[in-house]
Amino acid sequence: MTEKPPTTIAYDRVIRPRRGLVAINFQELWQYRELFWFLAWRDILLRYKQTYLGVAWAILQPFLTMVVITLIFGVLAELPSGGVPYAVMTLAGILPWYFFSNAMTESSNSLVASSRMISKIYFPRLIIPGSAVISGTLDFVVGFLMLLLIMLYYGVPLTPHLLLLPVFLLVAFLTAFAAGLWFSALNVRYRDIKYVVPFITRMGFYVSSVVFSTQWVHEKLAAKGLSQWLFVYCLNPMVGVIDGFRWCILGPQFEPYWPGFFTSLGVVLALLISGAFYFRSTEKTFADII
Amino acid sequence: MSVPIISVRNLGKSYRLGAALSHDTLRDQLTHSFKSLARAFRGGNGTGSDNPNDPQEFWALKDVSFDVFSGDVVGVVGRNGAGKSTLLKILSQITEPSTGEICIKGKMASLLEVGTGFHPELTGRENIFLNGAILGMTKAEIKKKFDEIVDFAEVEKLIDTPVKRYSGGMYVRLAFAVAAHLDPDILLVDEVLAVGDASFQNKCMTKMDNVATQQGRTVLFVSHNMAAVQRLCTKGIFIEAGRLREHGPIARVLDLYQRSFDRSETDPAQMGELKSGQARFVSWELAHSTTGCQHSCFTREECEFVITLASRIQLDDAGISFMLLNAEGDLVVSANSVINRMPRFKIPEGVHQIRVKVRLPIKAGLYQIDMRLNSLSKGQVEGCCLEPKLHVLPSGTHQAEKWQGLVTEEVQFQTSFL
Repeated sequence: MTEKPPTTIAYDRVIRPRRGLVAINFQELWQYRELFWFLAWRDILLRYKQTYLGVAWAILQPFLTMVVITLIFGVLAELPSGGVPYAVMTLAGILPWYFFSNAMTESSNSLVASSRMISKIYFPRLIIPGSAVISGTLDFVVGFLMLLLIMLYYGVPLTPHLLLLPVFLLVAFLTAFAAGLWFSALNVRYRDIKYVVPFITRMGFYVSSVVFSTQWVHEKLAAKGLSQWLFVYCLNPMVGVIDGFRWCILGPQFEPYWPGFFTSLGVVLALLISGAFYFRSTEKTFADII
Repeated sequence: MSVPIISVRNLGKSYRLGAALSHDTLRDQLTHSFKSLARAFRGGNGTGSDNPNDPQEFWALKDVSFDVFSGDVVGVVGRNGAGKSTLLKILSQITEPSTGEICIKGKMASLLEVGTGFHPELTGRENIFLNGAILGMTKAEIKKKFDEIVDFAEVEKLIDTPVKRYSGGMYVRLAFAVAAHLDPDILLVDEVLAVGDASFQNKCMTKMDNVATQQGRTVLFVSHNMAAVQRLCTKGIFIEAGRLREHGPIARVLDLYQRSFDRSETDPAQMGELKSGQARFVSWELAHSTTGCQHSCFTREECEFVITLASRIQLDDAGISFMLLNAEGDLVVSANSVINRMPRFKIPEGVHQIRVKVRLPIKAGLYQIDMRLNSLSKGQVEGCCLEPKLHVLPSGTHQAEKWQGLVTEEVQFQTSFL
């Protein structure tokens, strides 16, 4: 009974203990692509179920944030806004930031929120944080339409750079996904993550040039003779994303600080790859400890 | 002889008791890392998990090897905690084995519970698509079978209503219907048939029968329902305490499994596992069975349960309570010797049999028997769910369908027009 099975037939699947680093099985992910879209579709359907205002929340949240931030930092603190109305400048930062922080939060919580599914059925676990990241896209699109209307109201012209916007949106996606991979997998074992993620989204709002422009930071640092710190500031990938958004939407005066942006891109890719490996290597224990 | 469609070799799965649980915060993990680092410096062996005789290591499965051939319908039996579900979880890749190897040929689907991924806020239609996708169906497949699924579940009218507004029965019917329309080569099923009312259960069994016998599907079926296993399966696997006890024709496996209960009843070795100061309910059966099985009865029948108790202590003032819980976990029947003003009784140390006589006018289905032993001086001494579950069958007479509820008996009822 214990002799080896005949090896003449090809088995479709061989299950045995895995050790060490585990690579991503792209072929299998492709097989499960429909489940990926179904889960994203479910999250979008569920997002505003049984709310009175429904998808209007996707407009209200960034709009009210814009109003408050404009009153405090634009009107009272008189922060400069690079020649466009302050409200438009900050909204162009609020939208990508909200997109990122929502995507990261959803993605980080996604595995624990799907614990029943994980302990009862097999599918590539990467699908869960992945589909959670894209479920906030609808909110972003709705918010972006609002931004265009507000720009129309203030008479801010559009520039051809707008065509580059998807590139920066993609960077925001990847950043959120990289964080989501690490945090969702860590969250399975260490529920500390549920305190870490809200902290990051709260602090990040203030250090990611949402309420001011990178140009302003540059001027202030230069005035204090600390210009070398600009590079460190720009290591935050969301600084590059928000600068990129402003550059695409509002004009060349918001051009990102490219050396910092490309370095942060490298950081994101490193986080993404290491996150994927960490995720794959720990996923075998998800069902046991979740 | 053909080649196996599933080949399992030396399969083992170990869990570290306590260790994984106590590392829920990073701080614990860090402390642990420092401790094991310190141990490493002192020349001890790292984390301790390399030690094969680690007392904290628990093997849920060990050295399990068997083959399944195309078209086999295999019943997996064993007591609670024997490792049946762990085996299915490893086969369906939910969790990874610690040792050994499994080779599988063909498309496999697993059904460890019905309605995995169902979301209460989504409509029946949306849930069919979502659940289908989770179970591994493609969108095209679901579309093709959609009408069949809705038809099977009998939920046409509410298909666009959120399932949170469904009754429990409808919810479960819909969930099972999706699963029943899966089209894999190999199907893994874990005790999901105990759902719905008697007529739906019958429908499920017929469907399963159909899947297994007509369509030549390979099925692995974990169940405590001996009648269902006997009816559906051609082969059996009996797992005891993580080890494969028997593997072969279903009759032989079931016979051995049933006898393992008899053995443990008379086996004074049962006492060996007990620490001093403990008591345990070991097993149960019906004194007289009209159904042909010692663990099933007809509804409304007067039953005499014989429950074996092993005790390392002497109790002078014992009372017991006897409860039945249905598949949904609702307490259906509860009897308590103290509340019923029966005298407290004396239990000397040793193995004893307790008799409980009770009439059960309850709906057909599987019921968990929950027994408690208490004493005036010691409080609750023991409480556990007995194995296997009690299988209540619909009574043979046509009266069976007269009462629809959980209680299948005439209740005092008057009505008048005002």
